[in-house]
Amino acid sequence: MATTSQSFPRLPADIDAYARERVVPLSEVVPVGRAISVLDLVGKTPLLEIARLTAGLIPADVRIFAKLEGFNPGGSVKDRPAKKMLEVGIAEGKLKPGKVILDSTSGNTGIALAMLGATLGYPVELVMPSNVSRERKKIVEAYGAKIHYSDPMEGSDGAIVMCRKLIAQDPARYFKPDQYNNEANAQAHFETTGPEIWRQTHGEVTHFVAAIGTGGTVMGTGRFLKSKNNAVKVIAVEPDDAMHGLEGLKHMASSIVPGIYHEKELDDKIQVGTEEAYEMVYALGQTEGILVGQSSGAAMIAALKVARSIREGTIVTVFCDFGDKYLSTNLWIGWQEWRHERLQQVIAKWNNK
Amino acid sequence: MAVRVRVPTPLRRFTAGVDEVPADGASIKAVIEDLERRHPGMRERLLDEKGDIRRFVNIYLNGDDIRFLDAINSKVKDGDDISIVPAIAGGH
Repeated sequence: MATTSQSFPRLPADIDAYARERVVPLSEVVPVGRAISVLDLVGKTPLLEIARLTAGLIPADVRIFAKLEGFNPGGSVKDRPAKKMLEVGIAEGKLKPGKVILDSTSGNTGIALAMLGATLGYPVELVMPSNVSRERKKIVEAYGAKIHYSDPMEGSDGAIVMCRKLIAQDPARYFKPDQYNNEANAQAHFETTGPEIWRQTHGEVTHFVAAIGTGGTVMGTGRFLKSKNNAVKVIAVEPDDAMHGLEGLKHMASSIVPGIYHEKELDDKIQVGTEEAYEMVYALGQTEGILVGQSSGAAMIAALKVARSIREGTIVTVFCDFGDKYLSTNLWIGWQEWRHERLQQVIAKWNNK
Repeated sequence: MAVRVRVPTPLRRFTAGVDEVPADGASIKAVIEDLERRHPGMRERLLDEKGDIRRFVNIYLNGDDIRFLDAINSKVKDGDDISIVPAIAGGH
Protein backbone atom coordinates (compact mmCIF):
# COMPACT_ATOMS: atom_id res chain seq x y z
CA MET A 1 0.00 0.00 0.00
CA ALA A 2 1.45 3.33 -1.08
CA THR A 3 -0.19 5.16 1.74
CA THR A 4 1.36 7.76 3.97
CA SER A 5 -0.06 9.66 6.86
CA GLN A 6 -0.83 12.43 4.40
CA SER A 7 -3.45 10.22 2.86
CA PHE A 8 -5.48 10.57 6.04
CA PRO A 9 -5.69 14.29 6.62
CA ARG A 10 -8.42 13.91 9.17
CA LEU A 11 -6.25 12.12 11.70
CA PRO A 12 -4.35 14.82 13.58
CA ALA A 13 -0.76 14.53 14.75
CA ASP A 14 -1.72 14.55 18.41
CA ILE A 15 -3.84 11.45 18.31
CA ASP A 16 -4.10 11.18 22.10
CA ALA A 17 -5.56 14.66 22.46
CA TYR A 18 -7.86 13.91 19.56
CA ALA A 19 -9.04 10.76 21.24
CA ARG A 20 -9.61 12.50 24.57
CA GLU A 21 -11.63 15.19 22.92
CA ARG A 22 -13.64 13.23 20.39
CA VAL A 23 -13.88 9.57 21.17
CA VAL A 24 -15.89 7.83 23.83
CA PRO A 25 -13.44 5.71 25.83
CA LEU A 26 -13.65 2.10 24.74
CA SER A 27 -14.15 1.08 28.35
CA GLU A 28 -17.50 2.84 28.24
CA VAL A 29 -18.78 1.14 25.14
CA VAL A 30 -17.11 -2.24 24.98
CA PRO A 31 -17.96 -4.74 27.66
CA VAL A 32 -15.00 -5.57 29.87
CA GLY A 33 -14.49 -7.81 32.81
CA ARG A 34 -16.77 -10.67 33.67
CA ALA A 35 -20.16 -11.73 32.44
CA ILE A 36 -22.33 -14.54 33.75
CA SER A 37 -24.01 -15.26 30.41
CA VAL A 38 -23.48 -14.37 26.77
CA LEU A 39 -26.72 -12.42 27.21
CA ASP A 40 -24.67 -9.81 29.06
CA LEU A 41 -22.28 -9.46 26.13
CA VAL A 42 -24.87 -8.39 23.56
CA GLY A 43 -24.50 -4.85 22.23
CA LYS A 44 -22.02 -2.12 23.18
CA THR A 45 -20.25 -2.55 19.86
CA PRO A 46 -17.50 -0.23 18.63
CA LEU A 47 -17.97 2.51 16.04
CA LEU A 48 -15.24 2.64 13.41
CA GLU A 49 -14.56 5.68 11.27
CA ILE A 50 -14.23 4.73 7.60
CA ALA A 51 -11.64 7.34 6.70
CA ARG A 52 -9.12 5.52 4.54
CA LEU A 53 -11.42 4.18 1.86
CA THR A 54 -13.30 7.48 1.68
CA ALA A 55 -10.24 9.77 1.52
CA GLY A 56 -10.72 12.04 -1.48
CA LEU A 57 -14.13 10.57 -2.27
CA ILE A 58 -16.25 12.57 0.13
CA PRO A 59 -16.30 16.24 1.23
CA ALA A 60 -13.86 17.19 3.97
CA ASP A 61 -16.66 17.99 6.40
CA VAL A 62 -18.44 14.70 5.97
CA ARG A 63 -17.50 11.70 8.08
CA ILE A 64 -18.71 8.11 7.84
CA PHE A 65 -18.77 5.75 10.80
CA ALA A 66 -19.71 2.08 10.86
CA LYS A 67 -21.19 0.28 13.84
CA LEU A 68 -19.32 -3.02 13.95
CA GLU A 69 -22.05 -5.46 14.91
CA GLY A 70 -19.80 -8.41 14.24
CA PHE A 71 -18.48 -7.82 17.76
CA ASN A 72 -21.66 -9.22 19.27
CA PRO A 73 -21.18 -12.68 20.83
CA GLY A 74 -23.24 -14.37 18.11
CA GLY A 75 -21.32 -12.40 15.51
CA SER A 76 -24.09 -10.15 14.21
CA VAL A 77 -26.53 -7.33 14.84
CA LYS A 78 -29.24 -9.96 15.26
CA ASP A 79 -28.14 -10.73 18.82
CA ARG A 80 -29.90 -7.53 19.87
CA PRO A 81 -33.44 -8.27 18.62
CA ALA A 82 -33.12 -11.98 19.45
CA LYS A 83 -32.27 -11.16 23.07
CA LYS A 84 -35.08 -8.64 23.36
CA MET A 85 -37.69 -10.90 21.76
CA LEU A 86 -36.82 -13.74 24.14
CA GLU A 87 -36.82 -11.41 27.16
CA VAL A 88 -40.25 -10.05 26.24
CA GLY A 89 -41.54 -13.58 25.55
CA ILE A 90 -40.38 -14.72 29.00
CA ALA A 91 -41.79 -11.60 30.70
CA GLU A 92 -45.18 -12.11 29.03
CA GLY A 93 -45.24 -15.81 29.96
CA LYS A 94 -45.27 -16.91 26.31
CA LEU A 95 -41.83 -18.48 26.55
CA LYS A 96 -41.56 -20.85 29.49
CA PRO A 97 -39.98 -24.21 30.27
CA GLY A 98 -41.25 -26.94 27.95
CA LYS A 99 -41.55 -24.61 24.96
CA VAL A 100 -39.44 -24.84 21.83
CA ILE A 101 -38.20 -21.64 20.16
CA LEU A 102 -39.06 -21.86 16.45
CA ASP A 103 -38.62 -19.27 13.70
CA SER A 104 -37.79 -18.87 10.05
CA THR A 105 -34.45 -17.26 9.35
CA SER A 106 -31.83 -17.36 6.65
CA GLY A 107 -29.02 -17.07 9.11
CA ASN A 108 -27.98 -14.46 11.61
CA THR A 109 -31.20 -14.42 13.63
CA GLY A 110 -31.04 -18.19 13.69
CA ILE A 111 -27.50 -18.06 15.01
CA ALA A 112 -28.54 -15.55 17.68
CA LEU A 113 -31.58 -17.58 18.74
CA ALA A 114 -29.57 -20.81 18.82
CA MET A 115 -26.87 -19.19 20.96
CA LEU A 116 -29.30 -17.54 23.37
CA GLY A 117 -31.52 -20.63 23.51
CA ALA A 118 -28.48 -22.65 24.54
CA THR A 119 -27.57 -20.31 27.38
CA LEU A 120 -31.20 -19.95 28.52
CA GLY A 121 -31.87 -23.70 28.32
CA TYR A 122 -34.53 -23.70 25.59
CA PRO A 123 -34.46 -26.01 22.55
CA VAL A 124 -34.33 -24.10 19.26
CA GLU A 125 -35.63 -25.15 15.83
CA LEU A 126 -35.09 -23.04 12.72
CA VAL A 127 -36.56 -23.05 9.23
CA MET A 128 -34.17 -21.89 6.53
CA PRO A 129 -33.88 -22.27 2.78
CA SER A 130 -31.38 -25.00 1.97
CA ASN A 131 -29.18 -22.58 -0.03
CA VAL A 132 -28.00 -20.54 2.97
CA SER A 133 -24.27 -20.67 3.50
CA ARG A 134 -22.69 -23.85 4.83
CA GLU A 135 -21.00 -21.97 7.65
CA ARG A 136 -24.33 -20.72 8.94
CA LYS A 137 -25.87 -24.17 9.04
CA LYS A 138 -22.87 -25.52 10.96
CA ILE A 139 -22.79 -22.67 13.45
CA VAL A 140 -26.48 -23.11 14.25
CA GLU A 141 -26.03 -26.84 14.68
CA ALA A 142 -22.99 -26.26 16.89
CA TYR A 143 -25.26 -24.40 19.31
CA GLY A 144 -27.49 -27.47 19.40
CA ALA A 145 -30.35 -26.16 17.27
CA LYS A 146 -32.33 -28.26 14.79
CA ILE A 147 -32.81 -27.06 11.19
CA HIS A 148 -35.84 -27.60 8.94
CA TYR A 149 -34.89 -26.92 5.32
CA SER A 150 -37.28 -25.15 2.98
CA ASP A 151 -37.17 -25.01 -0.83
CA PRO A 152 -34.34 -22.75 -2.04
CA MET A 153 -36.46 -21.77 -5.04
CA GLU A 154 -38.96 -20.10 -2.71
CA GLY A 155 -36.41 -17.96 -0.82
CA SER A 156 -37.02 -16.57 2.65
CA ASP A 157 -40.74 -16.27 2.01
CA GLY A 158 -40.81 -20.04 1.51
CA ALA A 159 -39.24 -20.47 4.95
CA ILE A 160 -41.84 -18.15 6.47
CA VAL A 161 -44.66 -20.23 4.99
CA MET A 162 -43.10 -23.54 6.11
CA CYS A 163 -42.64 -22.17 9.63
CA ARG A 164 -46.34 -21.23 9.80
CA LYS A 165 -47.27 -24.78 8.80
CA LEU A 166 -45.06 -26.34 11.49
CA ILE A 167 -46.65 -24.15 14.14
CA ALA A 168 -50.15 -24.90 12.89
CA GLN A 169 -49.46 -28.62 13.46
CA ASP A 170 -48.71 -28.09 17.17
CA PRO A 171 -49.27 -24.49 18.27
CA ALA A 172 -48.85 -25.16 22.01
CA ARG A 173 -45.36 -26.56 21.53
CA TYR A 174 -43.70 -23.52 20.07
CA PHE A 175 -42.68 -19.99 20.92
CA LYS A 176 -42.18 -18.01 17.73
CA PRO A 177 -40.14 -14.83 18.19
CA ASP A 178 -41.49 -13.72 14.78
CA GLN A 179 -38.84 -11.14 14.00
CA TYR A 180 -40.75 -9.79 11.01
CA ASN A 181 -43.78 -8.77 13.07
CA ASN A 182 -42.51 -8.51 16.66
CA GLU A 183 -42.13 -4.90 17.74
CA ALA A 184 -39.53 -6.06 20.29
CA ASN A 185 -37.21 -6.41 17.28
CA ALA A 186 -37.29 -2.67 16.55
CA GLN A 187 -37.50 -1.89 20.27
CA ALA A 188 -34.14 -3.62 20.87
CA HIS A 189 -32.55 -1.08 18.53
CA PHE A 190 -34.49 1.81 20.08
CA GLU A 191 -33.11 0.82 23.49
CA THR A 192 -29.53 -0.12 22.57
CA THR A 193 -28.25 0.61 19.04
CA GLY A 194 -29.75 4.10 18.94
CA PRO A 195 -28.44 5.29 22.33
CA GLU A 196 -25.00 3.79 21.64
CA ILE A 197 -24.72 5.68 18.35
CA TRP A 198 -25.94 8.87 19.97
CA ARG A 199 -23.26 8.63 22.65
CA GLN A 200 -20.51 7.44 20.35
CA THR A 201 -21.06 10.42 18.05
CA HIS A 202 -21.58 12.88 20.91
CA GLY A 203 -24.99 13.56 19.43
CA GLU A 204 -23.45 14.74 16.17
CA VAL A 205 -24.99 12.07 13.96
CA THR A 206 -26.90 13.65 11.06
CA HIS A 207 -27.67 10.61 8.87
CA PHE A 208 -28.39 7.01 9.78
CA VAL A 209 -28.08 4.50 6.94
CA ALA A 210 -29.06 0.85 7.43
CA ALA A 211 -29.91 -2.09 5.21
CA ILE A 212 -33.32 -3.72 5.53
CA GLY A 213 -33.77 -7.40 6.32
CA THR A 214 -36.73 -7.15 8.68
CA GLY A 215 -36.51 -3.38 9.03
CA GLY A 216 -35.85 -3.67 12.78
CA THR A 217 -32.51 -1.86 12.76
CA VAL A 218 -33.56 1.07 10.61
CA MET A 219 -36.92 1.49 12.37
CA GLY A 220 -35.81 1.22 16.00
CA THR A 221 -32.50 3.05 15.70
CA GLY A 222 -34.06 5.68 13.45
CA ARG A 223 -36.86 6.34 15.93
CA PHE A 224 -34.43 6.79 18.79
CA LEU A 225 -32.16 9.14 16.87
CA LYS A 226 -35.12 11.22 15.69
CA SER A 227 -36.38 11.38 19.29
CA LYS A 228 -33.08 13.04 20.20
CA ASN A 229 -32.85 15.20 17.10
CA ASN A 230 -35.71 15.24 14.64
CA ALA A 231 -33.39 16.54 11.92
CA VAL A 232 -31.50 13.23 11.74
CA LYS A 233 -32.16 11.64 8.34
CA VAL A 234 -33.01 7.96 8.40
CA ILE A 235 -32.20 6.12 5.19
CA ALA A 236 -32.90 2.48 4.34
CA VAL A 237 -30.87 0.37 1.94
CA GLU A 238 -32.34 -2.39 -0.21
CA PRO A 239 -31.24 -4.53 -3.17
CA ASP A 240 -31.91 -2.96 -6.58
CA ASP A 241 -33.73 -6.00 -7.90
CA ALA A 242 -35.74 -8.96 -6.66
CA MET A 243 -33.01 -11.20 -8.11
CA HIS A 244 -29.99 -10.22 -6.02
CA GLY A 245 -27.08 -11.64 -4.08
CA LEU A 246 -27.20 -9.61 -0.88
CA GLU A 247 -27.77 -12.28 1.73
CA GLY A 248 -30.00 -11.09 4.53
CA LEU A 249 -31.51 -8.15 2.66
CA LYS A 250 -35.04 -7.81 1.36
CA HIS A 251 -36.22 -6.23 -1.86
CA MET A 252 -39.42 -4.82 -0.41
CA ALA A 253 -41.46 -4.48 -3.59
CA SER A 254 -41.22 -8.21 -4.26
CA SER A 255 -41.33 -9.56 -0.69
CA ILE A 256 -43.80 -10.17 2.09
CA VAL A 257 -43.45 -6.78 3.78
CA PRO A 258 -42.57 -7.20 7.49
CA GLY A 259 -45.20 -5.92 9.90
CA ILE A 260 -42.61 -3.89 11.79
CA TYR A 261 -41.46 -2.07 8.64
CA HIS A 262 -43.10 1.33 8.19
CA GLU A 263 -41.73 3.02 5.13
CA LYS A 264 -43.38 6.35 5.90
CA GLU A 265 -40.98 6.84 8.82
CA LEU A 266 -38.01 6.84 6.47
CA ASP A 267 -36.54 9.94 4.88
CA ASP A 268 -35.16 8.05 1.93
CA LYS A 269 -34.45 4.62 0.52
CA ILE A 270 -31.37 3.76 -1.54
CA GLN A 271 -31.13 0.79 -3.87
CA VAL A 272 -27.78 -0.96 -4.19
CA GLY A 273 -26.60 -3.43 -6.81
CA THR A 274 -25.13 -6.76 -5.80
CA GLU A 275 -21.90 -6.34 -7.75
CA GLU A 276 -21.10 -2.90 -6.33
CA ALA A 277 -21.78 -4.18 -2.81
CA TYR A 278 -19.41 -7.11 -3.36
CA GLU A 279 -16.74 -4.72 -4.66
CA MET A 280 -17.17 -2.64 -1.54
CA VAL A 281 -16.59 -5.71 0.62
CA TYR A 282 -13.27 -6.25 -1.15
CA ALA A 283 -12.36 -2.57 -0.86
CA LEU A 284 -13.12 -2.47 2.87
CA GLY A 285 -10.86 -5.46 3.39
CA GLN A 286 -7.97 -3.87 1.55
CA THR A 287 -8.26 -0.29 2.78
CA GLU A 288 -9.72 -0.48 6.27
CA GLY A 289 -8.52 -3.94 7.24
CA ILE A 290 -12.02 -5.06 7.98
CA LEU A 291 -13.64 -8.13 6.45
CA VAL A 292 -17.42 -7.87 6.44
CA GLY A 293 -20.42 -9.60 4.88
CA GLN A 294 -22.20 -8.45 1.73
CA SER A 295 -24.94 -6.55 3.58
CA SER A 296 -22.22 -4.32 5.07
CA GLY A 297 -20.87 -3.73 1.58
CA ALA A 298 -24.35 -2.62 0.50
CA ALA A 299 -24.71 -0.34 3.54
CA MET A 300 -21.33 1.24 2.87
CA ILE A 301 -22.14 1.85 -0.81
CA ALA A 302 -25.29 3.67 0.31
CA ALA A 303 -23.41 5.62 2.98
CA LEU A 304 -20.90 6.69 0.33
CA LYS A 305 -23.73 7.87 -1.94
CA VAL A 306 -25.21 9.90 0.90
CA ALA A 307 -21.80 11.33 1.79
CA ARG A 308 -21.24 12.48 -1.77
CA SER A 309 -24.63 14.21 -1.84
CA ILE A 310 -24.10 16.47 1.20
CA ARG A 311 -21.59 19.15 2.21
CA GLU A 312 -21.22 18.34 5.86
CA GLY A 313 -22.50 15.77 8.25
CA THR A 314 -21.84 12.68 10.32
CA ILE A 315 -23.15 9.53 8.72
CA VAL A 316 -23.51 6.36 10.74
CA THR A 317 -24.13 3.03 9.10
CA VAL A 318 -24.29 -0.53 10.38
CA PHE A 319 -21.97 -3.35 9.41
CA CYS A 320 -24.24 -6.24 10.35
CA ASP A 321 -21.56 -8.89 10.68
CA PHE A 322 -18.04 -9.93 9.76
CA GLY A 323 -17.22 -11.78 6.56
CA ASP A 324 -15.94 -15.12 7.73
CA LYS A 325 -19.38 -16.74 7.48
CA TYR A 326 -19.47 -16.03 3.75
CA LEU A 327 -16.14 -17.39 2.59
CA SER A 328 -17.82 -20.39 0.95
CA THR A 329 -20.46 -18.27 -0.79
CA ASN A 330 -20.70 -16.71 -4.24
CA LEU A 331 -19.36 -13.46 -2.73
CA TRP A 332 -15.88 -14.84 -3.29
CA ILE A 333 -16.39 -16.35 -6.74
CA GLY A 334 -14.04 -14.61 -9.14
CA TRP A 335 -12.05 -13.18 -6.26
CA GLN A 336 -8.86 -14.29 -8.02
CA GLU A 337 -9.42 -11.51 -10.55
CA TRP A 338 -9.36 -8.93 -7.81
CA ARG A 339 -6.06 -7.10 -7.52
CA HIS A 340 -4.91 -3.87 -6.01
CA GLU A 341 -5.03 -2.18 -9.42
CA ARG A 342 -8.65 -3.18 -9.65
CA LEU A 343 -9.31 -1.54 -6.31
CA GLN A 344 -7.99 1.74 -7.66
CA GLN A 345 -10.24 1.40 -10.72
CA VAL A 346 -13.28 0.78 -8.57
CA ILE A 347 -12.52 3.73 -6.31
CA ALA A 348 -12.12 5.89 -9.42
CA LYS A 349 -15.52 4.61 -10.62
CA TRP A 350 -17.16 5.60 -7.32
CA ASN A 351 -15.52 8.99 -7.67
CA ASN A 352 -17.17 9.51 -11.05
CA LYS A 353 -20.68 8.50 -9.99
CA MET B 1 -33.18 -29.49 -27.40
CA ALA B 2 -36.29 -29.13 -25.30
CA VAL B 3 -35.56 -28.64 -21.61
CA ARG B 4 -37.46 -27.65 -18.49
CA VAL B 5 -36.26 -24.69 -16.44
CA ARG B 6 -37.19 -24.20 -12.78
CA VAL B 7 -37.61 -20.51 -12.05
CA PRO B 8 -37.03 -19.03 -8.56
CA THR B 9 -39.53 -16.64 -6.97
CA PRO B 10 -37.67 -13.42 -7.83
CA LEU B 11 -37.78 -14.24 -11.56
CA ARG B 12 -41.39 -15.37 -11.74
CA ARG B 13 -42.56 -11.87 -12.57
CA PHE B 14 -41.14 -12.60 -16.04
CA THR B 15 -42.96 -15.95 -16.35
CA ALA B 16 -46.44 -14.80 -15.26
CA GLY B 17 -45.85 -16.47 -11.90
CA VAL B 18 -45.07 -19.90 -13.37
CA ASP B 19 -42.34 -21.84 -11.51
CA GLU B 20 -41.30 -24.13 -14.36
CA VAL B 21 -41.09 -23.19 -18.04
CA PRO B 22 -40.03 -24.97 -21.23
CA ALA B 23 -37.08 -23.69 -23.27
CA ASP B 24 -34.94 -24.75 -26.22
CA GLY B 25 -31.22 -24.71 -26.89
CA ALA B 26 -28.13 -26.86 -27.26
CA SER B 27 -26.21 -25.11 -24.48
CA ILE B 28 -26.98 -23.15 -21.31
CA LYS B 29 -26.15 -20.01 -23.23
CA ALA B 30 -28.67 -20.87 -25.97
CA VAL B 31 -31.29 -21.78 -23.37
CA ILE B 32 -30.86 -18.38 -21.71
CA GLU B 33 -31.23 -16.66 -25.08
CA ASP B 34 -34.43 -18.63 -25.66
CA LEU B 35 -35.69 -17.72 -22.18
CA GLU B 36 -35.06 -14.08 -23.04
CA ARG B 37 -37.15 -14.40 -26.23
CA ARG B 38 -40.01 -16.02 -24.35
CA HIS B 39 -39.71 -13.97 -21.15
CA PRO B 40 -37.97 -10.66 -21.85
CA GLY B 41 -35.93 -9.39 -18.90
CA MET B 42 -34.57 -12.76 -17.81
CA ARG B 43 -31.15 -12.49 -19.48
CA GLU B 44 -30.17 -9.28 -17.72
CA ARG B 45 -30.90 -10.91 -14.35
CA LEU B 46 -28.79 -13.96 -15.16
CA LEU B 47 -25.86 -12.57 -17.16
CA ASP B 48 -23.57 -9.60 -16.63
CA GLU B 49 -22.59 -7.11 -19.32
CA LYS B 50 -19.77 -9.42 -20.45
CA GLY B 51 -22.22 -12.27 -20.94
CA ASP B 52 -20.97 -14.29 -17.97
CA ILE B 53 -23.29 -15.70 -15.34
CA ARG B 54 -23.72 -13.19 -12.54
CA ARG B 55 -21.83 -14.21 -9.46
CA PHE B 56 -24.90 -14.46 -7.27
CA VAL B 57 -26.76 -16.69 -9.73
CA ASN B 58 -26.33 -20.44 -9.57
CA ILE B 59 -27.52 -22.61 -12.45
CA TYR B 60 -27.84 -26.34 -12.00
CA LEU B 61 -27.96 -28.77 -14.91
CA ASN B 62 -29.54 -32.04 -13.76
CA GLY B 63 -28.44 -31.13 -10.24
CA ASP B 64 -24.84 -30.14 -11.09
CA ASP B 65 -23.59 -26.57 -10.72
CA ILE B 66 -22.62 -25.51 -14.24
CA ARG B 67 -19.58 -23.68 -12.83
CA PHE B 68 -18.12 -27.15 -12.35
CA LEU B 69 -19.16 -28.22 -15.88
CA ASP B 70 -18.48 -26.00 -18.89
CA ALA B 71 -20.13 -22.91 -17.33
CA ILE B 72 -22.32 -21.06 -19.80
CA ASN B 73 -21.18 -23.30 -22.65
CA SER B 74 -22.30 -26.50 -20.94
CA LYS B 75 -24.08 -28.76 -23.44
CA VAL B 76 -27.74 -29.48 -22.94
CA LYS B 77 -29.69 -32.60 -24.00
CA ASP B 78 -33.37 -33.19 -24.64
CA GLY B 79 -35.27 -33.60 -21.40
CA ASP B 80 -32.58 -32.02 -19.19
CA ASP B 81 -33.63 -30.27 -16.00
CA ILE B 82 -32.23 -26.81 -15.39
CA SER B 83 -32.68 -24.92 -12.13
CA ILE B 84 -31.91 -21.27 -11.56
CA VAL B 85 -31.20 -20.69 -7.88
CA PRO B 86 -30.30 -17.34 -6.31
CA ALA B 87 -27.15 -17.69 -4.23
CA ILE B 88 -28.94 -16.33 -1.20
CA ALA B 89 -32.24 -16.51 0.50
CA GLY B 90 -32.99 -12.97 1.66
CA GLY B 91 -34.27 -11.87 5.07
CA HIS B 92 -31.97 -12.24 8.03
